Amino acid sequence: MSEKTTPEPQAASRDDAGEPVEIQGPGGTTPEAVASDVVLDTAGGQMPPSAVPAATQRRGGDHDGEGGGSVLHRIFTGNAMVSFLSVLLAIVLGGILMAVTNPKVAVTAGYFFAQPGDLLTEVIRPYAALVQGSIFNWAGADLAAQLYPITETLTVATPLICAGLGVALAFRAGLFNIGAQGQIIFGALLGAYVGFAWHLPIGLHLLVVILAGLVGGAVWGGIVGLLKARTGAHEVIVTIMLNYIASFLLLFLLTTPAFQRKGSTNPISPFLDSTALFPELLGPQFRLHAGFLVAIAATAFVWWLLNRSTVGFEFRAVGANPSAARTAGINVARSTILVMAIAGALAGLAGVAQVSGTEKYLSGGVAASIGFDAITVALLGRSTPWGTFFAGLLFGAFRAGGVAMQAQTQTPIDIVLVIQSLIVLFIAAPPLVRAIFGLNPRKKKTTKSGTAGSRTGGVKSGAAA
Amino acid sequence: MTLGWDYPLPCRRQRVEADPYTHRLVGVLKLELKGITKRFGSLVANDHIDLVVEPGQVHCLLGENGAGKSTLMNVLYGLYDPTEGEILVDGKPVVFKDPGEAMAAGIGMVHQHFMLIPVFTVAENVALGNETTKAAGLLNLEATREKIRSISDQYGFDVDPDAMVEDLPVGVQQRVEIIKALVRDAEVLILDEPTAVLTPQETDELLDIIRQLKRDGKSIVFISHKLREVKAISDTITVIRRGKVVGQADPTASPTELASAMVGRTVSLTLDKAPARTGDVTFNVNHLTVTDHNGQHVVDDLSFNIAKGEVLAIAGVQGNGQTELTEAILGVQPHVTGSITLDGEELLGKSVKHVLGAGVGFVPEDRTIDGLVSAFSISENMILDLYDKAPFARGVGMKPGVIAENATRKVEEFDVRTPSVSAAVGTLSGGNQQKVVLARELSRPLRLFIASQPTRGLDVGSIEFVHKRVIAERDHGTPVMIVSTELDEVLQLADRIAVLYRGRLVGIVPATTSRDVLGLMMAGVPAAEAEASASAHAHSGTTTAAVSEPAGLEGEPHV
Repeated sequence: MSEKTTPEPQAASRDDAGEPVEIQGPGGTTPEAVASDVVLDTAGGQMPPSAVPAATQRRGGDHDGEGGGSVLHRIFTGNAMVSFLSVLLAIVLGGILMAVTNPKVAVTAGYFFAQPGDLLTEVIRPYAALVQGSIFNWAGADLAAQLYPITETLTVATPLICAGLGVALAFRAGLFNIGAQGQIIFGALLGAYVGFAWHLPIGLHLLVVILAGLVGGAVWGGIVGLLKARTGAHEVIVTIMLNYIASFLLLFLLTTPAFQRKGSTNPISPFLDSTALFPELLGPQFRLHAGFLVAIAATAFVWWLLNRSTVGFEFRAVGANPSAARTAGINVARSTILVMAIAGALAGLAGVAQVSGTEKYLSGGVAASIGFDAITVALLGRSTPWGTFFAGLLFGAFRAGGVAMQAQTQTPIDIVLVIQSLIVLFIAAPPLVRAIFGLNPRKKKTTKSGTAGSRTGGVKSGAAA
Repeated sequence: MTLGWDYPLPCRRQRVEADPYTHRLVGVLKLELKGITKRFGSLVANDHIDLVVEPGQVHCLLGENGAGKSTLMNVLYGLYDPTEGEILVDGKPVVFKDPGEAMAAGIGMVHQHFMLIPVFTVAENVALGNETTKAAGLLNLEATREKIRSISDQYGFDVDPDAMVEDLPVGVQQRVEIIKALVRDAEVLILDEPTAVLTPQETDELLDIIRQLKRDGKSIVFISHKLREVKAISDTITVIRRGKVVGQADPTASPTELASAMVGRTVSLTLDKAPARTGDVTFNVNHLTVTDHNGQHVVDDLSFNIAKGEVLAIAGVQGNGQTELTEAILGVQPHVTGSITLDGEELLGKSVKHVLGAGVGFVPEDRTIDGLVSAFSISENMILDLYDKAPFARGVGMKPGVIAENATRKVEEFDVRTPSVSAAVGTLSGGNQQKVVLARELSRPLRLFIASQPTRGLDVGSIEFVHKRVIAERDHGTPVMIVSTELDEVLQLADRIAVLYRGRLVGIVPATTSRDVLGLMMAGVPAAEAEASASAHAHSGTTTAAVSEPAGLEGEPHV
């Protein structure tokens, strides 16, 4: 097809989502013998012939309604390639931003033709510092110092991964869980309380702390599911409000004798018992703790839950098409409550990782902005468990490296936020990314065959991850 | 019927007169498509198609879903650029860059899905894109209203220019689309599957309109896969299969011949079924009433029963309580009173899971909405209601191996055409999707089988298959309830026919009841009265049903 795109926005957006499409030419089987083959269909010409089934085209315009919040759904479950290119694009744009705001770059640009190397050095320096601060410090005195950045990245990534999984899981069941922040706080609140107020034997104590964190998050998430299932309250609004409630409840509790540290006027809790802490994985000079292993286990668990369990099957069916799920006898209300409880528990785990691993006490800023970053992480990970895991690592690296970048090159750490925001922006606009990289399937279709097929591959692998 | 190449004779010019305003010749537009090829990547949607539309002719494009009819018309209408080939208007080659240019050349199109803005009035919709303005850029709707009135009077459209489009029945909305084309002086009118959304009565009215347009010298390109209408209306039939013209057919060709040409193999349009061997009555519905959120009784005091080995077809125009009835049986409708018993067990008030577990097979009326999760694989859709039962699951763990193996077997058994069982169901054609639903619902031991619109949107081959499966289930001794708005389907499958009108049962009649009587009953006329009225009509010889066919066609599916 030429520049002339289809007249119907639905058609365009369907295609842009990289939905699995299949092209079967007339050559597959003996044409004469086949009456009901997979056919080429163009929805009354409204769509490029992507073998869109006759049944879906009949509904035409309102097909988009399927699954509820389809635009959001497409963004959250988009193409892996788009995610990757979005990151790349955001880093390039971030680099340009740093270059134009850095006075040294202007100076070196003045003698660019004499010594072009200077300009390039100035442009690349912040990113070099970012890598140095997040992955490998080649300037480190010994191996420990050289490896310190990567351990920092993993430490910072741990709660992001757990909370990201909570957002991703809920999303797979068709729920937009903005409430990870509140769920983290509740998990941290309960976990920390059990950690410093109860005194249990080593081993058992940590388990009870983790359990308390899971319960805290599950309750806070479960409330959302319950309200949604029983009253139809929209989860986005409910979770936002519950975030506020959790934040201020935390601040209030930290001023009460039960939570406030003895002899302190600051709103912080006592340190957790040493028995309640995650063991340090690489010794006391690193912050990396066993919470990271829990995050890996949580990722594996969510993968199993979604892809290998009946409960996950229900979640995915409800998320992809609630009407069909209901008609097949799946209890949609129960699924909604359960998935929000599990999502909350995962976010609660992030809270435990904070109080029991990184911070070792409870403060008003325990959740920082993890709950909101988790949404981005799930988005970047296309709501798949392992995608979320690696997206969490990337964001952990940004966070860890951002500090080093600011220290070494005076580049404001806020640039990391800009890059993160740009990533979200690009992921939310796949056609933009594809246009920039010249990957627009519409144009390609006329010149190269099998584009649709290869896109199918991308989506498939994404779903399997 | 001739299936070889068969160019029509050169056209005879009829009325030649120039329109004083557009300076275009009226009633003489001859349209030719020469060697039109449209490729999408490796896919050839149209393969060297030649087509001549003579003035004042109804030219039918007959072909199955996906044969390339719509693509061809979109090329003609300027929505797609042809890869090869040319379009000639009155012998002169033209290139339409967009629909605007096609319209200016006198080509109008009525899409299958209407291009109307629901919250605009008829006049506003008609004026859209072609607005006449008064001084200071104010909209001059009066001129449009006037044009609509004159066209409406000319063709007896009975359309109020100030009615809100969303308040109009589908049939009238379609007329608004036709008016839109006529206001722009269309000489060739392309109607893309115009009857897909119409009731039988509206279809008859549309065919009358087409005849009038034809009398006025307009050419009509009528795209359809419904043989009954095609035979009733067309002057020339071009059969398209897999993007190629396979031949021209005469309207007098038999439906079987047309269907065979369309599908590419011999198809049987009559369903061979033995008389029902009914057993005990096991399914009873008593005084069933469903109340909607407005307090209306959408199903009103319904009582019927179905015996083992019998098909009860629920006939009626869309929206007369059929959906609510089936959903009430399944258990997804709130506010239901009365009783539904299967083998003596009360199903009302039970969960969907319980109802399905009691042996109810359910094919929902809209497979993409209620029947399938289109993003899921075929394997997963095959177990959508059995995902937590052995052998597909043990405890909460599912067994992907068993699930895939089950799907492979079912795909084989139900002849689902797919490259792989792990393909998403959304990539399948409608017929294959429906086979997946059937495979799932018929794979359990059933005590009741309910299928709503089992063949909606399917091609001839798939319809044949689905009907055979339904009858096989009946002969297996299962009570079967078919809900269909297609009278042909009802007549073909049913052992008894229950007609619904506004949620009430008009009557239950034997399957031998004539189409005319059923048609009247679907409009709410009680059985006895309908019988009398229909026979009176038959005597006076003024059958209003324009497409009612001789008895030989009664068994034809709605292809």
